[in-house]
Amino acid sequence: MLRLPTFRYHRPRTAAEAVRILAESGPKARFVAGGTDLYPNMKRRHQSAEHLISLARVEELRGIDGDGPAGTCTIGAMTTLREIERDPRIGAWYPAFVQAVASVSSPLLRNMGTIGGNLLLDTRCNYYNQTEEWRASIDFCMKERGPICWVAPGSPRCYAVQSSDTVPLLCAIGAEVTLLSPGGERRVAVDDLYRDDGIAYLTKRPDELLTRVHLPASGAWSAAYHKLRRRGSIDFPVLGVGAWVARDGERIADVRVRIGGVGSMPIHATETEAMLRGQPVTEELVRAAAELSFKPARTMDNTDSEVPYRKKMAPIFVRRALSECLGL
Amino acid sequence: MSPHSESPTPAKQLGVFHVNGETHEVAFAPHHTLLEVLREDLGLTGTTHGCELGECGTCTVLVDGTPVLSCLTLALEVAGGADGDPRPIETIEGLADGPNLHPLQDAFADLGASQCGYCSSGFMLTANALLRDDPAPDRAKIRTALAGNICRCTGYVKIFEAVELAAARLRGEARQPARETLYGS
Ligand SMILES: Cc1cc2nc3c(=O)[nH]c(=O)nc-3n(C[C@H](O)[C@H](O)[C@H](O)COP(=O)(O)OP(=O)(O)OC[C@H]3O[C@@H](n4cnc5c(N)ncnc54)[C@H](O)[C@@H]3O)c2cc1C
Ligand code: SF4
Ligand code: FES
Ligand code: FES
Repeated sequence: MLRLPTFRYHRPRTAAEAVRILAESGPKARFVAGGTDLYPNMKRRHQSAEHLISLARVEELRGIDGDGPAGTCTIGAMTTLREIERDPRIGAWYPAFVQAVASVSSPLLRNMGTIGGNLLLDTRCNYYNQTEEWRASIDFCMKERGPICWVAPGSPRCYAVQSSDTVPLLCAIGAEVTLLSPGGERRVAVDDLYRDDGIAYLTKRPDELLTRVHLPASGAWSAAYHKLRRRGSIDFPVLGVGAWVARDGERIADVRVRIGGVGSMPIHATETEAMLRGQPVTEELVRAAAELSFKPARTMDNTDSEVPYRKKMAPIFVRRALSECLGL
Repeated sequence: MSPHSESPTPAKQLGVFHVNGETHEVAFAPHHTLLEVLREDLGLTGTTHGCELGECGTCTVLVDGTPVLSCLTLALEVAGGADGDPRPIETIEGLADGPNLHPLQDAFADLGASQCGYCSSGFMLTANALLRDDPAPDRAKIRTALAGNICRCTGYVKIFEAVELAAARLRGEARQPARETLYGS
């Protein structure tokens, strides 16, 4: 048996209590939601927690509220991916979001995994997501205990990969989250939640609890999520493109493209966006703009699948996602 | 190799588990998963352990009727105690009705959908939850529902056919397996 390490377990009933327990428990305390990311990581001993604060009984963190067209739709961090996938309102207002949610792992894991946990998913790397024995045999890397990076041995930083499916999509559509800490609440764009560093991959402070996800007003825009992975039934994305387009008749008024699964944070396809913004919609333009995403989608050899293949697929998936948004 | 500094194994604690309609009081280690408590403390070894990391689905059990992975469920989250009732758990041991096999078990046996059998309890519990939700799922829906259960023996086709056969029998249809399914064409 691959067993969990020991910890002290806490079961708060309110968000305020959860935040207080974390603050009082010192640096080695963690929240756990569905545990589908944290527990495998703890079993492999690359994440640890002396105090484990379970959010399972914090009722105020559950559920879907508000109105999509009015721009007040919020989802509690502890809402499971299954609940989101099955909610008819979310399906009607935010079909691309449901597309991304439904592509996460397997139905069994979506019965357990939450949207909050999905947004905060640890970055991944072939040299990191391994058992302790495996990692010890080649020596630990800098993301956990070790001195160097096995992917880029001369590098001062870690290149572990942002691998959540909902992140590129929620960044692209302009969703926000509320973070609660003993100092109070703040609301940040999901797009500003990530850093280009495989170790310190979040701008969220460790003492902050993610309480709610806020979706933008639904309606005058369209979005799409396209995911590449080896097995369609369960695997993490090795490429995940979230695209958002606002149209003004036959012109593209505004556009955002975020590429997941290739860097430590979702990559902004800035040149692709610039080429499209304000232009009339044509297939040729979308094709040419998508080609410009080849350069920023620079991947390292640390996830599943071959690097040249993943690089080649990035512009293709960007084109497909944009075409879906534009009905091409 | 220097393992993480781990505190000594904490004392076991008492909790109540509600498994297959029966209530058990168990002394269990608070860092153990439901899989460990089922197999090691309750002796219910029908729930098998594979990857123990969420990847294979063989440890699937139903909690409140929903299929979840027992290897990633903390036993504490489903146990009852001072602050709440235990959550109902269903395992493969509870599927048969006394000496009568459940239609899923019959169909898996009839069609050879269970070969080495290691994955079978997980598949049957996931399928059981599906059939309670939808008594007549089509092949695509069955495939999707079972996507998190991995089988290294059967190639899945026999499993999908067994779920369809069991579904028909549960709907009260006197369906027999097709001849070519049993004997080839
Ligand atoms: C085999 C397998 C395949 C997978 N495939 C995919 C995939 O294809 N795509 C994908 O996106 N994910 C995948 N996952 C990862 C995971 O299942 C999902 O990302 C899931 O949504 C994580 O949510 P959780 O509630 O289980 O998170 P947890 O494991 O509970 O938490 C994840 C992290 O977030 C922190 N956290 C959780 N909630 C909060 C909160 N409210 N406030 C502050 N911190 C919090 C935890 O401390 C932890 O560090 C896979 C996992 C497995 C085991
Ligand atoms: S990118 Fe380098 S430092 Fe980061 S997890 Fe992989 S091997 Fe370790
Ligand atoms: S043993 Fe639980 S998913 Fe493999
Ligand atoms: S019957 Fe052997 S793994 Fe499925």
